[in-house]
Amino acid sequence: MNILQIEDLCVSIGDREVLKGIDLFIPRGEVHTLFGPNGSGKTTLLSAIMGFEGYRVTRGKIIFNGVDITELPTYERARLGLGISFQKPPAINGVKLKQLAQICAKEDGKRLEEFAEMLNLKEHLEREVNVGFSGGEVKRSELLQLLLQRPELVLLDEPESGVDLENIAIIGEAINILLGKKVASTEEKSIKRIKEERKKAALLITHTGHILDYVDADRGHVLLNGKIVCSGNPREILSTIKDHGYEECYRCFKDEFKGG
Amino acid sequence: MGNEIERIVKEIKDEAPPRSEEEIKRLSEEERNLLLKTGIDILGKNRCGLFFQHDHSVIKCESMVDGVEVMDIEEARKRYGLEEYWWKLIPPDKDIWTKRAAEHQEHGYFIRSFEGAKVTYPVQSCLYLSMDRLAQDVHNIVIAEEGSELHIITGCAAGPHVRSGLHVGISEFYVKKGAKLRFTMIHNWAEEMAVRPRTVVVVEEGGSFESNYICLLPARDLQMYPTAILSGKDAVATFNTVLLAKEGSYMDTGSRVVLKKEGCRAEIISRAVSVGGTIIARGHLVGEAPGVKAHLECKGLLLSPKGVIHAIPELEGRTSDLDMSHEAAVGKIAKEEIEYLMARGLTEQEATSLIVKGFLSIDIEGLPDELKREIDGLISTVEKEGL
Ligand SMILES: Nc1ncnc2c1ncn2[C@@H]1O[C@H](COP(=O)(O)OP(=O)(O)OP(=O)(O)O)[C@@H](O)[C@H]1O
Ligand SMILES: [Mg+2]
Repeated sequence: MNILQIEDLCVSIGDREVLKGIDLFIPRGEVHTLFGPNGSGKTTLLSAIMGFEGYRVTRGKIIFNGVDITELPTYERARLGLGISFQKPPAINGVKLKQLAQICAKEDGKRLEEFAEMLNLKEHLEREVNVGFSGGEVKRSELLQLLLQRPELVLLDEPESGVDLENIAIIGEAINILLGKKVASTEEKSIKRIKEERKKAALLITHTGHILDYVDADRGHVLLNGKIVCSGNPREILSTIKDHGYEECYRCFKDEFKGG
Repeated sequence: MGNEIERIVKEIKDEAPPRSEEEIKRLSEEERNLLLKTGIDILGKNRCGLFFQHDHSVIKCESMVDGVEVMDIEEARKRYGLEEYWWKLIPPDKDIWTKRAAEHQEHGYFIRSFEGAKVTYPVQSCLYLSMDRLAQDVHNIVIAEEGSELHIITGCAAGPHVRSGLHVGISEFYVKKGAKLRFTMIHNWAEEMAVRPRTVVVVEEGGSFESNYICLLPARDLQMYPTAILSGKDAVATFNTVLLAKEGSYMDTGSRVVLKKEGCRAEIISRAVSVGGTIIARGHLVGEAPGVKAHLECKGLLLSPKGVIHAIPELEGRTSDLDMSHEAAVGKIAKEEIEYLMARGLTEQEATSLIVKGFLSIDIEGLPDELKREIDGLISTVEKEGL
């Protein structure tokens, strides 16, 4: 069964149509990557899935775990099991990272310290959320919150951009724990829980593909001008983009369009 | 004088029946809770002194440690004269309110920490107004003698049956060489009250004064502009102000620091939230000596289209080689911040509440936990009503 099913989704920001009929299916347990040049609509797609204001769905629907969430407010989507790591999260003055982490954790607070340690964020817990955080710290703080929130489908918007090589490994590990592909060192889990967690899925945006050295992706998609123009093996797509640029995706798309 | 305040003053009574110490025991639970919200824990133990003025009577006055004395100001004047402190920082004819206090004054507190005394727990002082339409005019003197450390929590509150009234408070504080005074004041007034504190503090060489002012409940008309004069080298002043104005409240508050000698430093920080009321957030730094350093920060958050926040930061340099700066910002909560928190599962309401709490949470050292919790709770409820 698909954890996420997006059908013919059109999204406008203001008067401008940014997404022009997206179809995307993510089965349970799979990691999908989303490639595409700057401004192609990747963040817009994640924002529409989360239901942020200003991203107006003009056509189509978003189905999460069999539930049509197209009209639901953001927090209800979060409570149903959607989570997101922001490309550029805002700073929240006066609210400590620890407070926000506790909110994400709900009853699961004991994992907080452990995950903070793993992500090298222990000292940041007492700092205000994203206030003066470096680029890499922001990304790690996003993952800390998600690890505690335990979403079933996680949307990762460039989790490794601006992160140094050593920290990419840490972020990769965090994503694998998040997806139940790796068990945190001290964690004891029932087999039932392990099985449940294996059903977790991700939609991951990456430009460089560096994170794919740590996280196994099942399928990749290319977004161009608000349309998914290609889907397939993520490593193949990445190497095509690396060797020939997005130009090749345009060409390929046109050919297919003519042929089909 | 505005129409509102004229009306309030017209209806005001200047006489109150005498109260006795017995009243403390007779305070209802509602009243005790009310005082708790101003930091006054009548039954608690974590203090080193208590002053309690009920309407026009001082009903309790005690010091639990050797380093501090707490007295009714009348008593202190009889015993010490206090000529060199009485009306020395504030001229009685400064405005109609100081004039009023000079004529009508009924008590007030005298608190002094002795030379070198370091007091761990705060002195709690409470100015309680239990009668509707009563005027309370007090005159307070605080002296932190050389090298001493003193923390005072003053809670000013109107009782559950008070709607209207007038409070005028003259406060003259003296922070001597190397002394430290921390003064935390919580105002919990009633909807129709007019409030006119008049405060001037002088800080000598190496001394430090820290003021924390919190006003989260409505007051019809509040106007104050406490001033710290840093008269000695390396003196320091900090003002933290937290204000929340409901519809119908008018708060015109500011803090001023005059830096007169080299090495003086000052910081003024204010956070104002309006859920429909008007807040004028002022700040004024006057640099008179080279090498002083001072910063002023006024931030306002508007949660209702009816609200008004007017930030007026002023920097006045009277010599070259100054380092004075300011930062002012007024606006509503950024949509991105709310959505960020909603993406973690908070409702719009919960997200807003957390952001407002964060906005108002300037670290106030030494604030009792009880009071912190009260403030948090208060912000949540007020803010719910306001939206
Ligand atoms: N709030 C907004 N107001 C106006 N235009 C917007 C807004 N948000 C996005 N856009 C526009 O929509 C288009 C898609 O933006 P989006 O952020 O989804 O791109 P992206 O694929 O994530 O790009 P990048 O790789 O640079 O992150 C861009 O042209 C962008 O300028
Ligand atoms: Mg983007």
